Amino acid sequence: MYLTKEEERILKGECGEGTQKAMELLVAIGDAYDAEKMIPISRAHAASSGQEGDLYFVELLANGGARCKVPTSTNPVYDIEYFDDLFDFIPKDEAEVARRVMEAYKRVGAILSWSCVPYLAENIPLYGETVAFSESSATPYVNSVIGARTNREAAQSALAAGVVGKTPKYGLHINENRKGTHLIKVEAALKDEFDYTLLGYYVGKQIGYGIPVFTGVTRQPSTEELINFCAMSNVSGAISMFYIPGFTIEAKTVKEAFQGDTPVDEITVTDRELKQACEELQTISGKIDFVMLGCPHYTLKQVEEVARLLDGKKIHDGVSFWVCTSATTKMLAERTGYVDIIERAGGHVVVDTCIDEPCWIAYKNKVGMTDSPKCAYYRRFKDVIVSRLQDCIEAAIKGKCE
Amino acid sequence: MKSSETVLKCHKIIGGCGEGEALVSHEPICFYLTDPKTGVVREKGHELAGENLAGKVLVFPSGKASSVVQIDGLFKLASHNVAPKAMIVKDVETVLVVSAFMVKVPLVDRLERDPFEAIQTGDFVKVDAEKGTVTIKRQ
Repeated sequence: MYLTKEEERILKGECGEGTQKAMELLVAIGDAYDAEKMIPISRAHAASSGQEGDLYFVELLANGGARCKVPTSTNPVYDIEYFDDLFDFIPKDEAEVARRVMEAYKRVGAILSWSCVPYLAENIPLYGETVAFSESSATPYVNSVIGARTNREAAQSALAAGVVGKTPKYGLHINENRKGTHLIKVEAALKDEFDYTLLGYYVGKQIGYGIPVFTGVTRQPSTEELINFCAMSNVSGAISMFYIPGFTIEAKTVKEAFQGDTPVDEITVTDRELKQACEELQTISGKIDFVMLGCPHYTLKQVEEVARLLDGKKIHDGVSFWVCTSATTKMLAERTGYVDIIERAGGHVVVDTCIDEPCWIAYKNKVGMTDSPKCAYYRRFKDVIVSRLQDCIEAAIKGKCE
Repeated sequence: MKSSETVLKCHKIIGGCGEGEALVSHEPICFYLTDPKTGVVREKGHELAGENLAGKVLVFPSGKASSVVQIDGLFKLASHNVAPKAMIVKDVETVLVVSAFMVKVPLVDRLERDPFEAIQTGDFVKVDAEKGTVTIKRQ
């Protein structure tokens, strides 16, 4: 890979050890892909996770004096004090890792958003921007819905790019690589957010790695529907980009999405495939111990919907009820009155965390319910039933899923 | 018994040298699905299930799974000193580069011959990423 004099200087360590380490990683990635050169980015999102690998790299950079050159937001970890007050069994060593991770991201000058949907509020790319966004829903959302350009970054490569302010030019930063691969003919009625979750789950599983192009979508999908599709298709598969010509921004027609080429494969999705995906996820029924919503983090509209469904109701004594969201959204939800309604019903609205964090260890041997297959995928719990939000609320009130 | 030695060119991704017994997997590998303390593959149905990655030169087509689990998986193996000594892959992607970078395990690709034909489990393999060579010794 060609490096400018300035980039060579960073690589030699003339701009500090932390930035040097970041550059070393970017050069290794560039070499792996035979990238011709580095290109500037305007923002990054590091999918921090509060795990040991995450800690190693962010401390390596922070201790070496690195600072983010462009706005770089962070993914959920968890608020140790908040959970310490609620549960007394978060292992001390895990909590220490989380504390150090959060502190190191602060030292490195990141935006402490602790949100997995930063593209909605805290760190929003524009059409055509070159960025480095890790996190399963973020990569495809930024590429497809916003039309900015990012590769499927890891937390570390995104952070390194944020520190150097550059990324190697490869993958989705090159026009030809943004070409559609699979044609997906939708013949199912996509009614709500959960249908998009199922669509993402099914399509990701079917094609694995690729850029699907959809036909047969008859109305503009909502923000929440698109977020769900992105999150699930990039977990059951590795979908960094997709097209819904007419509704997503980058290609106006199916032909344009395939750049004139023919699809490598065609898949038809009917109500039957979605029903089948749904059945695969609803493994059990019966008594539940907790409900976990907000994976990815709920938007204000989704928090409002939870409040509407819970208004005047009482969550069953045997059920803990959690809505995960960003600090920004919770502030608005508090101000607007939704948090109050949810808390009166016996639920919690929790910020800065995610269902895949050690703070939920109390539920390790418990049965939960969620509207997110991603929540079930992490296997942090004994069993997780995946169903529509309405079903989760109903079960929370009754104490069981029927 | 006659032994043979072959030297093949390769492309360096993460530098360094590593040598050991080859372990060949025709299926992609997720490091999270190994025992972090021993290096034994725990993934059900995987062709390497029950095999140990510790100290081996791992030959495999590609990585798989989400970036967080993949990177943390290899990191945990390395912190228990049971990571592979070197890795030879066919299709590299960002997450695998990051994983190898974090644990300083040499990673190479583009072997001048198909690695699955050139290398068998049990061969003694030396990867010199700096020189861009893979040396295969067979008993």
